[in-house]
Amino acid sequence: MLRTLLSVPKTARRGEIIQIRAMIAHPMETGHRMGPNGVEIPRKIINRLVCTYAGEEVFAADLHPAISANPFITFHTVAVESGILSFAWTEDDGAVHLAQAEIVVE
Amino acid sequence: MDACCTATRRGVIGGVVAALVLAPPRLALARPSLQEAVASFAGGAEVQEGRVTLDIAPLVENGNAVGLSVAVDSPMQPEDFVRRIGLFNERNPQADIAVFHLGPRAGRAAVSTRIRLATSQQVVAVAEMSDGSFWAQSGSVIVTLAACIESL
Repeated sequence: MLRTLLSVPKTARRGEIIQIRAMIAHPMETGHRMGPNGVEIPRKIINRLVCTYAGEEVFAADLHPAISANPFITFHTVAVESGILSFAWTEDDGAVHLAQAEIVVE
Repeated sequence: MDACCTATRRGVIGGVVAALVLAPPRLALARPSLQEAVASFAGGAEVQEGRVTLDIAPLVENGNAVGLSVAVDSPMQPEDFVRRIGLFNERNPQADIAVFHLGPRAGRAAVSTRIRLATSQQVVAVAEMSDGSFWAQSGSVIVTLAACIESL
């Protein structure tokens, strides 16, 4: 389980554009680095982030090795209803890391 | 005289030499150039300059984490919105940085993240609109400490 950090407003007015910040602690190993004895360190990165809002996908990102370690992404969405924002980060080996935040829309 | 269309011996030799000198080294062919990466993202459509604002520092000390933000001038309504935003670089080992998938529910077409830059180079942000048009803006960055290729 990797450490994740989410910044989602707890409450919002209906129709308000809210900013969301999501980070996950991950080395994002590029596969271009040499380790001890000149052995190449295999690539291992988070290659996709998907954000769903009350079950509907509102944002997704395909990431490549050029994204820094501990990938941090900021985006926006319209607060339409109270519900859960779920975040799913997928690793190269298929492992999925999940995090959730709840928002109350008045 | 119509000099441009007359194939003189000197002209032909000059052309061959120029082609040999200007041909990129074999290694560089391993990754697509910035233009090729943008063209494949756009699927051959024309990429116009404008509507995209790429905010990146012109001089960075550490190429391991370069903050950048992209904003696209779009109303983000169901009839007119940004579908995708692609980020590409000129001289990293790979041309792709990230592709963000947006929709009318984003409300505002603005994303930011942190990227790695192997050396001083250009970074390009390309936005695909819902009407199928592509818009881009590039930025030049000078990097003092490179990322990607350092050893442990």
